[in-house]
Amino acid sequence: MARSRFEEVFLPHLSAAYNFARWLTRNEYDAQDVVQESYLRALDSFKTFEHGRDARAWLLTIVRNTCYTWMRRNRAPQQADLAAEPAATTPDPEAALLELADAETVRRALAELPVEYREVMVLREMEGLSYKEIAPALGIPLGTVMSRLSRARKELYRRLQKERGEKSA
Amino acid sequence: MSCQQAETLIDAYFDGELGVTESLEIESHLDRCAHCSALLERNRVLRRSLQQPGIYYEAPPALKRAIRAQPRVSIPWRVLAIAASLAAVVLLGAWMVRIFQRPSRLEALSREVVAGHIRSLQANHLFDVASTDQHTVKPWFSGKLDFAPVVKDLGAAGFPLVGGRLDYLADRPVAALLYKRRQHVISLFEWPAQSTDSQTVIRGYNVLHWSAGGLTFWAVSDVNADDLKEFVRELRK
Repeated sequence: MARSRFEEVFLPHLSAAYNFARWLTRNEYDAQDVVQESYLRALDSFKTFEHGRDARAWLLTIVRNTCYTWMRRNRAPQQADLAAEPAATTPDPEAALLELADAETVRRALAELPVEYREVMVLREMEGLSYKEIAPALGIPLGTVMSRLSRARKELYRRLQKERGEKSA
Repeated sequence: MSCQQAETLIDAYFDGELGVTESLEIESHLDRCAHCSALLERNRVLRRSLQQPGIYYEAPPALKRAIRAQPRVSIPWRVLAIAASLAAVVLLGAWMVRIFQRPSRLEALSREVVAGHIRSLQANHLFDVASTDQHTVKPWFSGKLDFAPVVKDLGAAGFPLVGGRLDYLADRPVAALLYKRRQHVISLFEWPAQSTDSQTVIRGYNVLHWSAGGLTFWAVSDVNADDLKEFVRELRK
């Protein structure tokens, strides 16, 4: 049965889908709606899924598209314009954040990151997707994955450092 | 490799995306450069921060159940709505056809009564009690029915009583009285019920139906309609 085959392939990646949607929408209920819709979409286009491909990357691409459609439909645009962002200045690595920030601080800093940075961080750092998998998922060239990740890390690092500075002040 | 070159590649190196040659080059640079080593270490700390518990959101169990319960294919709700209204119209239509085609209760009963009459003629089972005396026939029913049937001898009017029997109609035992009109047999069925009067012809048999005194009466015969009406008139006198 195609349905049971579908569930076999994609249900193991439910948490990956939910985590990604949760970080993109920043709301648990929105994330659940998005994931449900994503699974429906995935089921619809299951025929076009080439077996042997990474099911998780394929599913996450659908989740991302669903998220963007959903966010456009349900709320005012909130995407930061990356071009208008000031180039993240390289923080002084000598003052490197060499200790772990606590989960709460990391959550807040990541949630406040522009969505373009947030999504690439989730896919790379939490899901461990390769650049080759991230590029089609985000619809950007391989080189852009690298540079965007680099900037995303710098920006997240900067924010964490700022938080730490505020805390210790 | 310069620091500038190393900095652009440090993330790719950290992510294991560089080829062997580039990796070796950057590693030899890192050995010598504290600045770039710190950048790499920063990435490591960031990754550990993001991979600590409390950052990754596991899917709630209810979500899994919801997805398993999803319909096989997603159909836009508008299509569903249209399909549902079409189905409703079809159902309503089918129901109305049934309503109009369904024989009325009265008609069904008329057929049942005629069938009872024909059956008794075929089986030559006209009566359980053969008597032209109403004072013999009427007591015969007591103890067999939960009501007292009207039994009249209409011999003087040309409809001699010939007997009575028990029958089963309308899901209950009923009294069946047999009268003769020349060579014709008239069946008169009686049981307690209220209903409107009617007059029909079913398969060549005239059927007259009326109610009186809490009983419902059905007269069936192959005599002509005028004779049957006369029979009923005499009976109701």
